[in-house]
Amino acid sequence: MTARPFNDIAYNQFLNEEKLMGCRCRKCGERYVPPRPLCVKCFSPDLEWVQMKGAGRLVAFTCIAIAPPFMVAQGFNRKRPYISGVVELDEGGRVDARIEGVDPLKPESIRIGMPMKAAFIHRENVEVPETYLSFEPV
Amino acid sequence: MKKRRLGRGVAIVGAGMTKFGMFKDRDSKDLFAEAFAEMIASVDKGVDPADIDALYLGNFSNDYFTRQSHWGPIIAEIIGHSPKPATRTEGACASSALAFREGVFAIASGFYDLVLVGGVEDMSKRTTEEVAEGLALATVPYEGRVGFTFPGVFGAVATAYFAKYGANREHLMNVTIKSHNNAPLNPKAQFPLTIRDMMQAKMESLKKRGQPLPAWKDEKDFLRDPAANPAVAWPIHLFDCCPISDGASCILLAAEDIARNFTDDPIHVAGIGQGSGRGFHASADMTYFEATRYAAQEAYGMSGLSPGDIQFAEVHDCFSIAELLHIEDLGFFQPGEGYKAVAEGATRLDGPKPINTSGGLKCKGHPVGATGTSQLHEVWTQLRGKAGQRRVPIKDLRIGGAHNLGGTGGTCTFTILERR
Repeated sequence: MTARPFNDIAYNQFLNEEKLMGCRCRKCGERYVPPRPLCVKCFSPDLEWVQMKGAGRLVAFTCIAIAPPFMVAQGFNRKRPYISGVVELDEGGRVDARIEGVDPLKPESIRIGMPMKAAFIHRENVEVPETYLSFEPV
Repeated sequence: MKKRRLGRGVAIVGAGMTKFGMFKDRDSKDLFAEAFAEMIASVDKGVDPADIDALYLGNFSNDYFTRQSHWGPIIAEIIGHSPKPATRTEGACASSALAFREGVFAIASGFYDLVLVGGVEDMSKRTTEEVAEGLALATVPYEGRVGFTFPGVFGAVATAYFAKYGANREHLMNVTIKSHNNAPLNPKAQFPLTIRDMMQAKMESLKKRGQPLPAWKDEKDFLRDPAANPAVAWPIHLFDCCPISDGASCILLAAEDIARNFTDDPIHVAGIGQGSGRGFHASADMTYFEATRYAAQEAYGMSGLSPGDIQFAEVHDCFSIAELLHIEDLGFFQPGEGYKAVAEGATRLDGPKPINTSGGLKCKGHPVGATGTSQLHEVWTQLRGKAGQRRVPIKDLRIGGAHNLGGTGGTCTFTILERR
């Protein structure tokens, strides 16, 4: 697993394996999620993978009614919105994610600061299967 | 921050733009040609286009919208500029502010004397969903992948701003109503209509179709009605969003030492700044744009001016919430105070700090590549006292600013223009 380059391809491969992975600088200890190929604190390229617990809190969200074609293909539309959001992880750092387990038609019921845990949405039966990081309330 | 200065001064000596709108029978070439012809006519003492040394053209994504790339030479050819150089700049919705900046630097370096900068975008031949996808190409990768659209990005920003400062949807409506009050005074605006005009039109259309008539008490009542103002990316609703637009704009820049050959009223570039943003995953706080703050600091530092000196400004109100962040990031109001200032009318045309006298992106329209130079066109028009009924009613109007934002705040610019 350590042989993978520190990039978005590997980040997405790990999501497919239901792991939320970041990286840590072996020189200065700075942690990054999503991973990056170079520490931008000390500029060392000597990095290692670290797995995140997948726990955090919601810092922002939106309920999207006008969906781009790839989301329309997943069954979303003006009558059936979906939620995208930003989650701050317990370890520090933020990730963009789909937000599930709350009602996109009742946005007022969704609270900033809600504790969340990671889940993974696997999109299969398409030419290139993908996994999307998702979070849902604890 | 290091105090920067230009190698030699640069001034605007002419400008032109098309009306913005959805034009099914027009393309980027004829739109830009119209803006170019208007620019030539605007030069008080005349200009021979053969004297223009170079073209910098902002275009975000005609590649996606029209399936044609490489617009620099295409536009150069249509305005008779070939074989002189044409360079395309891309900074998402800030593409033509980057063209402006490159043009300024090209003259400041001493290499060129007279440079045309501008932008164009042709978006209306795609469906709304396709445009959402095309624009989302300018989010950062993690955002687009989990379904963030542009309205979605700003919807998320709004929830963060609301939670931190106690603002709500009603405060976004104040921005929308204010911009729509300015728009009818701008003949270039895509929607030259107040919210009341639009309520009236909606009412008439319902009447014609024999449908029950809603009892809207005022503009906010109308904006609260989900049938009139549906959610796009909650809490962003239709009337929080700029439209899909086609259009072109351009500006003629000259070295200060020759500017008066073209006009007795050149408008000088006093400060120019640009910053880069990081995307949500790398931001500690989503209630401001780091790139705007950096750009502002650069522009204020270069000009020696402070936020209080900026008498009016165009800011990048792609969504109503964005205007609140920008007026704070540019230092016009303290963080968390912008929404209160707007509620008190501070940013109205007759307020102490008029914002988006053009109607903003919301009403003027937002053909993304053309927006940056169209904002500068508005500031230039105001400073020359040629804004007609929407002229900022401040005595001795001398200094105005234009703020342009691309992507998720990935590229932000702030430019200060001065009449001397």
